[in-house]
Amino acid sequence: MVDNKIPAGPLDTKWKNYKGTVRLVNPSNKRKLEVIVVGTGLAGASAAASLGELGYRVKAFCFQDSPRRAHSIAAQGGINAAKNYQNDGDSVYRLFYDTIKGGDYRAREANVHRLAEISTSIIDQCVAQGVPFAREYGGLLSNRSFGGTQVQRTFYAAGQTGQQLLIGAYQALERQVALGNVQMYSRHEMLDIVKVDGKARGIIVRDLVSGELERHFGHAVLLCSGGYGNVFYLSTNAMGCNVTASWKAHRHGAYFANPCFTQIHPTCIPVSGDHQSKLTLMSESLRNDGRIWVPRNAGDDRKPTDIPEEERDYFLERRYPAFGNLVPRDVASRAAKERCDAGHGVGSSRQAVYLDYADAIQRYGRAEASKRNLGDIPKEAITGLGRDVISEKYGNLFDMYEKITGENPYEAPMRIYPAVHYTMGGLWVDYELMTNIKGLYCLGEANFSDHGANRLGASALMQGLADGYFVIPYTIGNYLADEVGKANETVNHPAFLEAEQRCQERIEKLMSIQGRQSVESFHKRLGKIMWDKCGMARSEEGLQDAIRQIRALREEFWSDVRIPGNILEMNPELDKAGRVADFLELGELMCLDALERHESCGGHFREEYQTPDGEALRNDADYMYAALWENRGEDGWALHKESLVYDVVKPSQRSYK
Amino acid sequence: MEHYSMDLTLRVWRQRNCTENGRFETYQVSDISSEMSFLEMIDVLNERLLQEGKEPIAFDHDCREGICGSCSMVINGRPHGPWKGTTTCQLHMRAFKHGDAITIEPFRADAFPVIKDLMVNRSAFDRIIQAGGYVSVNTGNAVDGNAIPIEKDKADEAFAAATCIGCGACVAACKNSSAMLFVSAKVSHLSLLPQGAPEKASRVLGMVAQMDKEGFGSCTNTFACEAECPKEISVLNIARLNREYLAASLAGD
Repeated sequence: MVDNKIPAGPLDTKWKNYKGTVRLVNPSNKRKLEVIVVGTGLAGASAAASLGELGYRVKAFCFQDSPRRAHSIAAQGGINAAKNYQNDGDSVYRLFYDTIKGGDYRAREANVHRLAEISTSIIDQCVAQGVPFAREYGGLLSNRSFGGTQVQRTFYAAGQTGQQLLIGAYQALERQVALGNVQMYSRHEMLDIVKVDGKARGIIVRDLVSGELERHFGHAVLLCSGGYGNVFYLSTNAMGCNVTASWKAHRHGAYFANPCFTQIHPTCIPVSGDHQSKLTLMSESLRNDGRIWVPRNAGDDRKPTDIPEEERDYFLERRYPAFGNLVPRDVASRAAKERCDAGHGVGSSRQAVYLDYADAIQRYGRAEASKRNLGDIPKEAITGLGRDVISEKYGNLFDMYEKITGENPYEAPMRIYPAVHYTMGGLWVDYELMTNIKGLYCLGEANFSDHGANRLGASALMQGLADGYFVIPYTIGNYLADEVGKANETVNHPAFLEAEQRCQERIEKLMSIQGRQSVESFHKRLGKIMWDKCGMARSEEGLQDAIRQIRALREEFWSDVRIPGNILEMNPELDKAGRVADFLELGELMCLDALERHESCGGHFREEYQTPDGEALRNDADYMYAALWENRGEDGWALHKESLVYDVVKPSQRSYK
Repeated sequence: MEHYSMDLTLRVWRQRNCTENGRFETYQVSDISSEMSFLEMIDVLNERLLQEGKEPIAFDHDCREGICGSCSMVINGRPHGPWKGTTTCQLHMRAFKHGDAITIEPFRADAFPVIKDLMVNRSAFDRIIQAGGYVSVNTGNAVDGNAIPIEKDKADEAFAAATCIGCGACVAACKNSSAMLFVSAKVSHLSLLPQGAPEKASRVLGMVAQMDKEGFGSCTNTFACEAECPKEISVLNIARLNREYLAASLAGD
């Protein structure tokens, strides 16, 4: 049994007591300690900046050309915090409870409670940095509802909350760079960690411009490298998002926890053809006013506006009358898939459903006409008024839809389909965010800790910043206090040289294959296997088949991939090859994890485990644990379990009917 | 919307690295769907180049949602191409018709040296931020978020400036390679807010000095930057920067 280091005592005092008693490192010693941060999204940038402020010597790495471009930038909707500014009954406990329940009872109580406690400080910190959150006319911060919760606790900056929060963290980071506390390495990719006597002591990186390998020492290494949704090839993730940093740690013995817990977001723009390189999310907020439907008759080819009301199936409203179109993400996605599988899908691919604003336009139009006392006016005039209201609320999203599809969503319903969006699984960490490798930490989406089997909207930004600004600055001292005064290895230590050699050999091996197929083509094929067999619905037979296919594909990759160019130059195909090689291993582990979990929970839906009316059927008696996978090299994986103990919340079956 | 497919002639800037000279190469591409994004069209060409044993075209891209600011191409003489308020990654092939010739170049500026093909080095922007583009507040210092009320229109104005994605199109659009729109957007974002007020003067002086040091040119008010900015950042920010720079310089004398 692993030690998760959860402090003793009542849930709501654990973090306070921890902070009050944890060991400290004095300021003059901090200056002698070096910390490596891999990734500069919300978790990495906030951690690097905060540790720099404390006086640690920090080195931060990102593969993008600037730390500001990390994928946190693309988050649209908002960030949750238990401020209760709206006086609607919110509290730390409610945010904690909603997150645990939303995660379908597969997250740790202590971690989630800490997250809820910290949430309020995050907002304060971001405001102090100058993050331009939306405000009311009175000058105070504005909130909106999100993701099916019953209070308004989401802070936002129009449809680009992620960009504004990341720019805040990035500016704090650049300030530390200017002060000399952080050294920034852009266009650098981590290729391995270096372990000395069982502890993480550094990393090997590749300078993506020169192609040279570099060795970097650190008393501690923080992986803040994001999620692994790109294993599906098509996802809402940025093109460069990858699992390589986490995977290298996993190959060194770090447990990978719950890899099969992936989130499929219901409202994305559907695939338009084989050329498709990525998918675009349409904010969850669109479900506040839009109605989702498909034709009642399978294969109905008429234009949506020609299909009369009685021949439409508003399937979410039909199946879930209590929550309607606002059911959680996992439920909405599965329902859309079920309708498309039954032949009711729309558009040329038949893999889409309608998101219709016609009703909302009329409703807002009538309200506007009444507000302005316009009396009986023609329907066209009402439509015009309604469109103006919708444009003010969702204009940027409607414009984005039109840019991508060439269709006007004010005239005809949008077509949407679910897409891979977030990964709840990741490297296992204890309460201090340390993996089972001493000195190796994991923060943000890259770790597994807070969202269980399904993440609620507006909680990813909260977790990334909580980990970086307010958790790691405390917990890292507890480890580094022991490192003070010990001799540092130089980067000429044999462990560094060996690690560098391993990286060099792998790169040479990749370059020497000179086969016939592109990296991209392998990635596409892997993605298709994962989407078909380990996507929204999974079955024993399908998963076993997927594992066979992935193994064969991996073998084919290592004997037939074609990488042009040279090693010692900017070579994007080589960068991509290393990432896809790691995805080809991760994919197998995800299927294995999904196969082993004989239940349906959150984003993980096993066809064999559902209620008679098609809802997810959890099995708390046998599966209330986090699955911790240990890599055994050629021998595959060994499973360890961390039991989840619910002292405060009593797990119940989620129902949205 | 009717979809169609097209054949195109592409003239693409190829350059091995920052020291060697570059040149245009011409490629024919066929059966390009009007539903593709511009970058997906290049993906198709790159896949073909790979099959032919040639090196694909290197270009920066990441989110492909118009927000990360990575993509950096000049398309037919315009940074990010023909659509107003749109990054290259959000430009779709509907913008073109069968038989079109398209010229694709990197953002060109002395301060943005070419790394390879269409990729340029924009780290000068990071160094300008280091010179003062922040509020000096350490983690944990903050008062309650609602203890600092901000008038809504001020907050909205600051937000509008903060929507800059740091892509560098303003520099590429400017005949002098001026970075004034980028710098002024950050100066405005922070100085419009009370949190940024204490460092107002040192910020504008520091950032402008660094901008000059990086080799960006002067602003001559042609407003090409505003016209090409994918986030439609207003040149009024440049006017604000000039006022603040003047005030800070006079106060410092």
